[in-house]
Amino acid sequence: MADNNNAAGEVALGAPPGMPQLDVGTFGNQIFWLVLALVAIYFVLSRVALPRIAAILAERQGTITNDIAAAEDLKVKAEEAEAAYEKALADARAEAQRIAGETKAKIQADLDVAIEKADASIAAKAAESEAAIAEIRAGALVAVAEVAKDTAAEIVSTMGGAADASTIDAAVSTRMKG
Amino acid sequence: MADEAKGGGGLSFHPMDQFQVKPLFGTYGDPIHWYTITNVTFWLALAVLAVLGLMVLTTSKRAVVPGRGQSVAELMYGFVYKMVEDVTGKDGIKYFPYIMTLFMFILCANFLGLLPTSFTTTSHIAVTAVLGFGVFFAVTILGFVKNGAGFLSLFWVASAPLPLRPILALIEIISYFVRPVSHSIRLAGNMMAGHAVLKVFAGFAQVAAIAPVAIIGVMAIYGLEVLVSAIQAYVFTILTCVYLKDALHPHH
Repeated sequence: MADNNNAAGEVALGAPPGMPQLDVGTFGNQIFWLVLALVAIYFVLSRVALPRIAAILAERQGTITNDIAAAEDLKVKAEEAEAAYEKALADARAEAQRIAGETKAKIQADLDVAIEKADASIAAKAAESEAAIAEIRAGALVAVAEVAKDTAAEIVSTMGGAADASTIDAAVSTRMKG
Repeated sequence: MADEAKGGGGLSFHPMDQFQVKPLFGTYGDPIHWYTITNVTFWLALAVLAVLGLMVLTTSKRAVVPGRGQSVAELMYGFVYKMVEDVTGKDGIKYFPYIMTLFMFILCANFLGLLPTSFTTTSHIAVTAVLGFGVFFAVTILGFVKNGAGFLSLFWVASAPLPLRPILALIEIISYFVRPVSHSIRLAGNMMAGHAVLKVFAGFAQVAAIAPVAIIGVMAIYGLEVLVSAIQAYVFTILTCVYLKDALHPHH
C-alpha cells in the first residue's frame, strides 16, 4: 500500500509505511470534510434538536407541576367535603337530640297537667263522698235516737208505767251523748 | 513466521489498512485533493446523519411521555447539559451547543467506526487535532476576551509560596500548551490502537488451530472498544468543559 501511495505521487508526501494517519497528503481532505460535518452537526443541534428537547423537557416539567398542583387542589377539596360531611352529621345528631328533648318536655308537661287534673277530680270526689258519709252518719244518729226513744217508750209502757215522752227524750239524749 | 508455513496466501496482517484514506469513487491511489469525496467524507456524512437521526428524528413527535428514541435523545441532552453546568457553572451554559456538537460527533463517529469494515474518522490525528486545537484556540481566545490580561493569572498560582510561583508558572504554561496535543492524541490513539488490535486478532483467526482463541479475543476486544468509544467521547467532552471553566474562571 505504501508502494501504491508512492506510485500515485499525490499522497506520497513522506507517508511512512503502515501509518495512514501520518500521511500528510490526506490532511487537507480530512480537515475540510470534518469542518463541514461539524458545522452541519452544530446547526442541526443548535437550531433544531437542542431547542426542541429543551422545550419538551420544560413542557414535561410544567405538566408535572400542574398535575401535582391539581392533585393537591383535589386533596384539599376532598378534605373540605369530609369536614362538611362531618359537620352535617354532627348537626343532624344535635337536631335529633334537641327534638327528642323537646318532645320529652312536652309530653312531661301534658302528663303533669293530666295528673293535676286527675288529682283535683279525685280530691273533689273524695270530699263529696266524705260529705255523703257525714250526712249518712248524721241520719243514722237521728234514726238511732228515734228508735231508742220508741224502744224506751215501748219498754216503759210494757212495764206498766206511763211513758212521759219528754222524760224519755231527755234520758235517751243523755245516754247517747255519754 | 506462519507466513512461510502457510505458503502462498499465508497469514497476512494488514492492521493499518483500515485507516487508509481513499477516494470513494475510483481506485486507491487516485489523487486526493481537499475536495475529493473520500471514505472520510462518507463516514463523516454518516456521523452527521446519525446525529440527525438520534437527536432530531426521535424527538419529532415531541411527546410528553417519551418513547425509546426520544428517551435516548433526552438522556444525551441531560447528560451533557448537566456536565457543562456542573463543571463550568451557570455562565458556561451558553457554550452548551458547541460542547454538545463535539460530544455527539465523537460519540457517533466512534460507534460508527465499530461497524465491521467501516472507516473510523476519529482514529485519524488530523481529525482529532482539528477538534483538540479547535477547543484550545477557542478556549484561549475566550479566556482573553472574558478576562483580558487577568486570564494570565491562570498560570500564576497565587496560593503558592512566592519563591515557588515562577517555577509553577513555567509548569502551568507547559501543561497548558500540551493540553491540545494530549487532548487530540488521546482520542486518536485510543481509537487507532483498539481497531488495530481487533485486526491483529482477526488476522490470527486465519490459523485454524488458534482461530477459536482469536475469535474470542476479537469479541472481548470489541466489547472493550464499545466501552472505549463511549468513554473517550465522555473524556474529550469533560476535558473541554474543564478547559472552558479555566477560561471563564482563571483564578484558582
